[in-house]
Amino acid sequence: MATTITVNQTERSLISSEETPLLWVLRDELKLTGTKYGCGVAQCGACTVMLDGQPVRSCQVAIGDIAGSDVTTIEAVSGVEADAVRQAWVEMDVVQCGFCQSGQVVQAIGLLELNPEPTDGDIDTYMGGNVCRCATYVRVRKAIHRAAEILAA
Amino acid sequence: MNTSTSRRNFLKGAAATGAVLMVGVTPKGVLAAGHAGLASLTPFVKIDEAGTVTAVLKHFDMGQGASTGLATLIAEELGISLDEIEIEFAPHNPQVYNNLFFGPVQGTGGSTAIANSFMQYRQAGAAAREMIKAAAANAWGVAASELAIVDGVVTGAGQSAPMAEFVAAAADLAVPEDPSLTDPKDFRLIGNPTTHRKDNAPKITGQAQYAMDVHLDGQVVAVIKRPPKFGATVVSFDASAAEGMPGYKGAAALPTGGGVVVYADTTWQAFQAREELTVEWDFTNAETRSSDQIRDDMLAMVNSEPEFVARADEGTDAAMAGAAQVIEKEFYFPYLAHASMEVLNCTIRPDEDGGVTLFDGCQVPTLSAGALAQVLQMPMEKVRVETLWAGGSFGRRATSEVDYNVEAGLAFLLDGGQRPVKLMWSREDDTTGGYYRPAAAHKVRVGLDANGRIVAWQHQLATPSIFKGTFFAATQVVDGVDRSSVEGVPDTLYDIPKMTMGVSDFQSPITVAWLRSVGHNHTGYVMETMMDLAAEAAGVDPLEYRLSYLSGEGEERARMREAFQLAADTAGWGTPLPDGHARGIAGMFCFNTAVAQVAEVSKDEDGYVQIEKFSAGVDVGLAVNPDVVEAQVQGGIGFALGFIMRDGIGFDEGEVIQSNFHDYEPLRVWDIKDIEVAIVPSAAPPSGIAEPPVPPAGPALANAIAALGTRVTMLPMAENGVDFV
Ligand code: FES
Ligand code: FES
Repeated sequence: MATTITVNQTERSLISSEETPLLWVLRDELKLTGTKYGCGVAQCGACTVMLDGQPVRSCQVAIGDIAGSDVTTIEAVSGVEADAVRQAWVEMDVVQCGFCQSGQVVQAIGLLELNPEPTDGDIDTYMGGNVCRCATYVRVRKAIHRAAEILAA
Repeated sequence: MNTSTSRRNFLKGAAATGAVLMVGVTPKGVLAAGHAGLASLTPFVKIDEAGTVTAVLKHFDMGQGASTGLATLIAEELGISLDEIEIEFAPHNPQVYNNLFFGPVQGTGGSTAIANSFMQYRQAGAAAREMIKAAAANAWGVAASELAIVDGVVTGAGQSAPMAEFVAAAADLAVPEDPSLTDPKDFRLIGNPTTHRKDNAPKITGQAQYAMDVHLDGQVVAVIKRPPKFGATVVSFDASAAEGMPGYKGAAALPTGGGVVVYADTTWQAFQAREELTVEWDFTNAETRSSDQIRDDMLAMVNSEPEFVARADEGTDAAMAGAAQVIEKEFYFPYLAHASMEVLNCTIRPDEDGGVTLFDGCQVPTLSAGALAQVLQMPMEKVRVETLWAGGSFGRRATSEVDYNVEAGLAFLLDGGQRPVKLMWSREDDTTGGYYRPAAAHKVRVGLDANGRIVAWQHQLATPSIFKGTFFAATQVVDGVDRSSVEGVPDTLYDIPKMTMGVSDFQSPITVAWLRSVGHNHTGYVMETMMDLAAEAAGVDPLEYRLSYLSGEGEERARMREAFQLAADTAGWGTPLPDGHARGIAGMFCFNTAVAQVAEVSKDEDGYVQIEKFSAGVDVGLAVNPDVVEAQVQGGIGFALGFIMRDGIGFDEGEVIQSNFHDYEPLRVWDIKDIEVAIVPSAAPPSGIAEPPVPPAGPALANAIAALGTRVTMLPMAENGVDFV
């Protein structure tokens, strides 16, 4: 039986088998390629999406386990935190190759939704799972602080 | 940016109006311009009737910011803002889109993108500006010299109109031979630290198209089971267990013996089906040594007669014999995987004319097209290259064999060549797949006189050669010495009175390639460690000691001195630090750029080391985009620290031990608190910045940690006595 989930506010009936990771369903079946594959084993965060409002590693979620859930990807993530993060990311010119940045942005939005004034320590804990091989970390940190500032204003 | 769509739209628009001003060069390098209708014209800039300006990028962008840089050069000369210019990646054309430093080869590498394009892209932008001004002058009956383009508007002589109005007429004019370039004192964008990158928006909204995002109608995904040991080949395979799996489409052995291709509808299905494959391998020529053995073999080589001589100053041995004190150290650097965030992948599509299109984050299109032409037995012109954003490379996408493009070509052929084939690597493939930064062993003896001054330097190196056996050997190997193995030692800017350097090539089927800064990423560590030890033995401040060896003539030494001074000033070198903190300094001149860095580290009561801060001073000539330069320095330092601290590809009887980010651990956000970058003001032509920040980071860290008590010469640090927080 086809699994049904809501992706970016549209209900989707999926042809992929139940054990298929959400990551590959998004990328290969739904062609939502903003969500990236980096490791497939929960070690890099490139595949991060919002599942029922929480950032999760989509490579670790079998679609059969999330029938009826609500998924929001980088293409559609929105709200005041999302706006603040994107604005800060542009102001700080965080991106380099950009391949990790979908995950960084979604994870940072998750952090600010939970904690609008994160300390450096909070950032280390919450963003520690998001690898950036271009090592944009110094700017990721600054941009999160900047986004917090934008939210407070 | 969806490059394919934007190009198609452009062609459509052009056909509708015929009025697009394009400016580029002919294969002779002469400026040329005209209408879009001129199929032969391959421009650097084009402007349509709506006034949309597009910079056509002959370099790919792996994050180093070349797209922003090239767009800046055009926008500066044209008189528009950076927001008003679109970008798209150029098709393959080695006659006009070649890297001017590479000959007739289109490609990116060696930190040359901006340096080789600086005049070329400015001239194209300036020619377009002059043509539009001339067209406006004709229309208004005024002199072109009275006009200027300001923010896309032609103004002067009491007139003002958007430049779009003159595009059609401008396209009919002759291109100026030598358009006047903007006086550097009038630069608005070049050198402006407040401009922003061109790729921010697509990369924070998921819209940027990478090769991995390509999905073509009717495509099949190919994954390859490669040999578990380098040099092994396929004897036979059995894929019967994969039969009937969802999406599974078949399997075939590569004719090279280099693996078995598994085909399926989707990536996940292909990965799953590959798990079911059993392969019998021939290990006759395979590497079967373990890492300890490999290291010991290389260390034995640096303690024996070298095969080749890279420098042989007369009297070195005698001077060493007379030294008051000799410092001797051995070093070892393990193999390293590039581990770009986007694993290797590419897609090949059959085209109607019997040719193909390669979709790739393509670093050297001429190498890729050439290799595919050979595999597919077609003229190179029939291999088109569609370049997409690249999710990193660090050199891995540019191996001389372009291994993954060749694999894709073979997979395409084995599939019958009738439908698109997308080759995907997994992270495990990427970690174990070779073309590593070669491992290297060094042994150095530095002889000092009674005043601590260097009298002799004896250097031995053993490492696999990157260039031997490749197309580049003719230029890169001299008297048996692979220049990329030794660079940074025999040509050091330090005024070492007498030096000898011997090199031996370590032989192994383990494939190797350049990794960001190539040989400098190990030679820099060695040179800057030995200079620190010499300074310590001399009882002289390490910065002062280095400067004393850079006091000689030459612009390069002057630039290096300035970089050191700037890094030291930025870091507050010599000012007091809290207890348990220490600083280390290191620098290197490479790719025509001077970079010096100061690391500040701390150690807690339990002995754990934290990197507090890096401060860098760089002389990159004129920094076209200072903010991109800063980002490259921050990123280069972080990239280097990751592998210096923790990474190494190890082998267990020839099999790669690491497989993914859990055991090939990248730098994480908590590893470093801050990186401050200072740029030497300069009006000299721009050099490169993607690679030069890498070499000093390791030794700056090592020198700081040594100041806290532990001198590390065997890498990675975490496996050799340093515990990081
Ligand atoms: S791909 Fe999911 S965490 Fe890396
Ligand atoms: S920007 Fe390249 S991996 Fe993060």
